[in-house]
Amino acid sequence: MAEVATLKTPAETALADLFARSKSLLPGDARSREDAFHRFAEKGLPHRRVEEWKYTDLRALMREVAPLAEKPSEADVARALSVESVFAAAAPATIAFVDGHLATADAMPAGVTAVPLAEALAEGHPLLAKLGAVTDAEGNAAYALNAAFMTDGVVLHVTGAVEGRVALRFVTACARPAATATRVLVVVEPDAAISLLETHESAHGVAHQPNSVVEFVVGDRAKVAHVRLDANGDKALALSTITAHLGAEVAFGTRNVVAGSAVSRHQVWMTFAGADSHGAVRGATMLSGDQHADTTLVVDHLATGCESRELFKHAIDGRGTGVFQGRINVAPAAQKTDGKMMSAAVLLSEEGTMMNKPELEIFADDVQCAHGATCGQLDDDLLFYLMARGLPRPEAEALLIESFLGEAVEEGLDDELVGEALMGIVEAWLKARG
Amino acid sequence: MLEIKNLVAEIEGKRILDGLTLTVNDGETAAIMGPNGSGKSTLSYIIAGKEDYEILDGEILLDGENILEMEAFERAAAGVFLAFQYPLEIPGVATMTFLKAALNAQRRAREETELTTPEFMKAVQEAAARLEIPRDMLKRALNVGFSGGEKKRMEILQMALLQPRMCILDETDSGLDIDALRVVSEGVNALKSDKRAFLVITHYQRLLNYIVPDTVHVMANGRIMRSGGKELALELEASGYADYKAQEAA
Repeated sequence: MAEVATLKTPAETALADLFARSKSLLPGDARSREDAFHRFAEKGLPHRRVEEWKYTDLRALMREVAPLAEKPSEADVARALSVESVFAAAAPATIAFVDGHLATADAMPAGVTAVPLAEALAEGHPLLAKLGAVTDAEGNAAYALNAAFMTDGVVLHVTGAVEGRVALRFVTACARPAATATRVLVVVEPDAAISLLETHESAHGVAHQPNSVVEFVVGDRAKVAHVRLDANGDKALALSTITAHLGAEVAFGTRNVVAGSAVSRHQVWMTFAGADSHGAVRGATMLSGDQHADTTLVVDHLATGCESRELFKHAIDGRGTGVFQGRINVAPAAQKTDGKMMSAAVLLSEEGTMMNKPELEIFADDVQCAHGATCGQLDDDLLFYLMARGLPRPEAEALLIESFLGEAVEEGLDDELVGEALMGIVEAWLKARG
Repeated sequence: MLEIKNLVAEIEGKRILDGLTLTVNDGETAAIMGPNGSGKSTLSYIIAGKEDYEILDGEILLDGENILEMEAFERAAAGVFLAFQYPLEIPGVATMTFLKAALNAQRRAREETELTTPEFMKAVQEAAARLEIPRDMLKRALNVGFSGGEKKRMEILQMALLQPRMCILDETDSGLDIDALRVVSEGVNALKSDKRAFLVITHYQRLLNYIVPDTVHVMANGRIMRSGGKELALELEASGYADYKAQEAA
């Protein structure tokens, strides 16, 4: 294949070899996988001279390519899932994946059906036509690699207002570094509603390379609350993508809490295709050591009267690096758009770094859009106030950091148990910080 | 209780305290009055342990122990409490969470058992009732959206809960209307005891009608220029600080 010849680095060559070896073994139509890999191979691993990847040089960060994880044995599955999920107290109906393969699935509540992705791909499930609804994501390297390698996942079809919560739990447990490519398609019919939790976990000390994509196609007047947690191990290189294609009068929220991974890149594409919808994208990132976490967000307002809210908080300790790139595009037809985007970072050490790049691109004249980005230290006067009341410095700092992150973790979250579980993650991070 | 000896302090090379000496005894309420810029607030911050200042000389003894070596939280546990002139707003920190954290941190530092939640709730509610603090105020983030008077009442509530030995009130009367001044003063007076001392910093004699001092000290030019009984406050109210400023200039 001529396009493969354009690949240069050993990692890119290794990816091409891996794809050549794997494509006939992966479920579904090989042709669409080849198209996807072709889109990746044309440009290769993105690097710092590619604007969207300027602060997360994937070519430099991905020197080694891990082989695709093999399907785990029953014993491996049992071991991997023996650790209680962070959201256990919220008692969700859970579909668990181990090493990128479907492992266990609870019965789904009324209003939602689940079809394993491998099965859906093999049989050419009709809902798969809705994959790739946000076309702008198509050429993205992480998304294209996922499309080329996607092994398993689930198609969730939400047809009614689902009571309780549904959880997707991804655990990478194999002892050697492995790559996983999971894809979730959530099709929410008009007037339906779902609360979806998503967790990613892996062991410390193993350089896993999970690449996950969750695509939402949301019908008119539907409601979606999505919470994602990155609790991957300290050597993981995690790529994740959320796409959301929203109809009219939708209420959509996605929230990402990063408490793990050596390197993480979380991408969100949210497209307002129908009028009068509300979409919120939030995130809280906690970094220490040499961790690097990138959040890249593109919000496309194509329809009138939509409201988007984006709030990201980053607490950066050690030599951690946070990246926020957020762009709100307002198309000429998207009059009465109301968009607000905020990224705030608190640097807790001398060596932490934060890169903020908020952008607005507005082609309509009757809109309200604002963006802001801040970067600072904990306020000395606030610390003194708390210490003057008897709180030792670490406790005073923890209280201020918790309140700083809390806004992005809990704001707009209409679910106390999930909020408590997430704040538990924040508290554990603060405790580890000492 | 509190002995300050020949305290000399600077901030960014500017001398703020210049040989200040002051003693406050157990059970005493001492007032410090003085013109703007005389160093009154700096003195309160230095006693409480703010780190912005360079201490060039002198010592501050609390019950004979030099507290200058201690961090702010250790001084708090030792019994120092500063009611701030401008209490800080802390968004996202629930008032009750803060109060409990502060109270239990001090108890831990003193090797006392921590209060249980019911014990804590009872203590807060009793203190809040005395200070006419409505319950919904306790449910909000600390000082966020509070009026000036509410913030000052919250300071006194903290004082009542933490039961410090040495209470410093930095211009507690500023921003208070007459009713709030009465409530706050009654809250302070209820805490007076022979085992506790107060250092009341104010510009005006008005506060001292409500919190009656045993001693009044005039501060100017970074030191105590004159000391006397409560009648000194009345004299200052009549004559102003001009004499002391003149001494400063000279």
